[in-house]
Amino acid sequence: MIRLDRRAHVSLAARIGAPIAAVIVALALAGILIALAGAPVLEAYRRMLIGAFGSRLSITETLTRTAPLILTGLAAAVAFRARLWNIGAEGQFLVGALAAAALGSQHGLHLPAPLLIPALMLGGAVAGALLLLGPLMLRLRFGVDEVVTTLLLNFVALLFVSMMIEGVLKDPLAFGWPQSVPVVGDALLPKLLPRSRLHIGLLVAVGLALLVALVQARTVFGMESRAAGLNPAAARFAGIGLTRILVLVACLSGGLAGLAGAIEVMGVKGYVTTDLSPGFGYTGIVVAMLAALDPIGVVFAALFVATMFVGADSMSRALGVPSFIADVIVALSLLAMLVALSLANYRIRR
Amino acid sequence: MMEALDIFASAGLWAAVLRIATPLIFGTLGALICERSGVLNLGIEGIMTFGAMIGWMTVYHGGGLWAGIAVAALSGAMFGLLHAAMTVPLGLSQHVTGLGITLFASSLSYYIFRLSIPVSGSPPTIVPFQPIAIPGLSDIPFLGEALFSQTAPTYLAILLAVVAAIALARTPLGLAVRIVGENPHAAEAQGIDPIRLRIGAVVVGSALMAVGGAFLTLSAFNSFFPTMVQGRGWVCIALVVFASWKPARALLGALLFALFDAYQLRLSHVVGKAIPYQLFLMIPYLMSILALLVMARRARVPQALMQPFRRGER
Repeated sequence: MIRLDRRAHVSLAARIGAPIAAVIVALALAGILIALAGAPVLEAYRRMLIGAFGSRLSITETLTRTAPLILTGLAAAVAFRARLWNIGAEGQFLVGALAAAALGSQHGLHLPAPLLIPALMLGGAVAGALLLLGPLMLRLRFGVDEVVTTLLLNFVALLFVSMMIEGVLKDPLAFGWPQSVPVVGDALLPKLLPRSRLHIGLLVAVGLALLVALVQARTVFGMESRAAGLNPAAARFAGIGLTRILVLVACLSGGLAGLAGAIEVMGVKGYVTTDLSPGFGYTGIVVAMLAALDPIGVVFAALFVATMFVGADSMSRALGVPSFIADVIVALSLLAMLVALSLANYRIRR
Repeated sequence: MMEALDIFASAGLWAAVLRIATPLIFGTLGALICERSGVLNLGIEGIMTFGAMIGWMTVYHGGGLWAGIAVAALSGAMFGLLHAAMTVPLGLSQHVTGLGITLFASSLSYYIFRLSIPVSGSPPTIVPFQPIAIPGLSDIPFLGEALFSQTAPTYLAILLAVVAAIALARTPLGLAVRIVGENPHAAEAQGIDPIRLRIGAVVVGSALMAVGGAFLTLSAFNSFFPTMVQGRGWVCIALVVFASWKPARALLGALLFALFDAYQLRLSHVVGKAIPYQLFLMIPYLMSILALLVMARRARVPQALMQPFRRGER
């Protein structure tokens, strides 16, 4: 009879190998779908790579896409580590974006640029954190599972944004299109490279990934939040205030997702529409899982996911394969990663 | 004010309640069957989307309406099998696997749809299920129009809730499902194979979810468009808690929820532009959260829900 034994320690090679194996499996399975579309599979993947990295423009576009994914990926990673099931990053992203647009508009804060940009980032983060604190309170006070409440709030947040940009925050100069008033020039993030959309938001995201890694590895809070996730009963027994830890984790997680929204407004669009996020919040979950919840890993996982999306757009134009193939690849990588992680955690013994 | 109350006197409202409730009844029963066996299935949102797409596609390419329902059910069963394979024998996180299934099933739906239907200004349509007038009953004034002029899947959904209630409470199979969801080790001692039973329950439950999705494209509307499921799957997950994991209450919860949904739609027309329409559209989601809040402490959760079963391990 075959038995599965849990390994005591997962080697670094397994931790790096698992996501790579998962991605290969996902690409192979998605290859079947590309073949069904009548396109040559390897050529399609070659075009995706060229589309994502083939020119200066495409590289900067891919990196621009990576920035929000790092932040929503971190949002999921820090929450999941403490077993806080925040599936609401999509909604937190949107309210963060809305807060930045409202505070950064002509009628918002009047601050010089060096103060305005951090203030708007903070505003977005606070909005995102508040949206997650609601479901957390419901869990702590009334025992309501946060998975469903955070999921449902995504739809409420989207409707709220829609209401605001068709109402008080509507841009009167947008020819009737539902979009918010633009942020002032001082609120726009400086570009990393001239003649591109790449902005300093990428540095903020990478910096925060390093900071989160440091906090998790080196601080009491990092250790406590990990303990809260691994074994809540033991953590409570060890004198760790679970409520306090979960509130802090929720502020961090919701804040990161809200910040992602704020940065997307200040760095790319300059205003809010209801289609500002092509699923950044949901995709963040995949990013976090591909990284096995490791903050540094999140940076690389986000880069992979951004590559798929930017690459698929250009491959789709060339070969006529629907660009939804990127979403399929990303979803398949998540499922394959779960299996790969469990195989790395167990060894088969006869 | 009177106008707001007049809405309740229109037969159209009550007919809409049954129509809106139908996909929720299928979805909630599906999720309930999975959870009674101990498996949370967050794949529901994606499985409903895929059912809506593949059901519609079957009819669009010349299949019958019931063939559309059957193909949807089969596709749901396949996704259920995938979810079960990962969460039951492998014991992977039910939360994350379910979300993965939702992402996979919905992106695959959009991909297949876009592949076979070229982009056009107006989405192609099919001829959906037509209302069946039940002889005698449909002629009753008001009640006939309100309750007895629905399409066939709506009657099927209500029948199914009754069947599920009886099957869970009164049959040996139902008892086995319940034991496995409460205490799989005790079930095993009784000679029941918890792994097989859970896989079976998730497959059947997921098939029902997909039928709920197919109702959207084959009866409620006549075309498929992305994001059309609009969180109905998540609402179903909330309704299972509201129903305290009981099929009869699930039926009641779905009807109650549909009543709010149908009412808010008509109320927003009466009120006009004075209140933003988005506030009315938020009501269903906020109601679901409220339902969770009311029932959270009172509901009888299956004791082994989300606990993987490993033979010889406690």
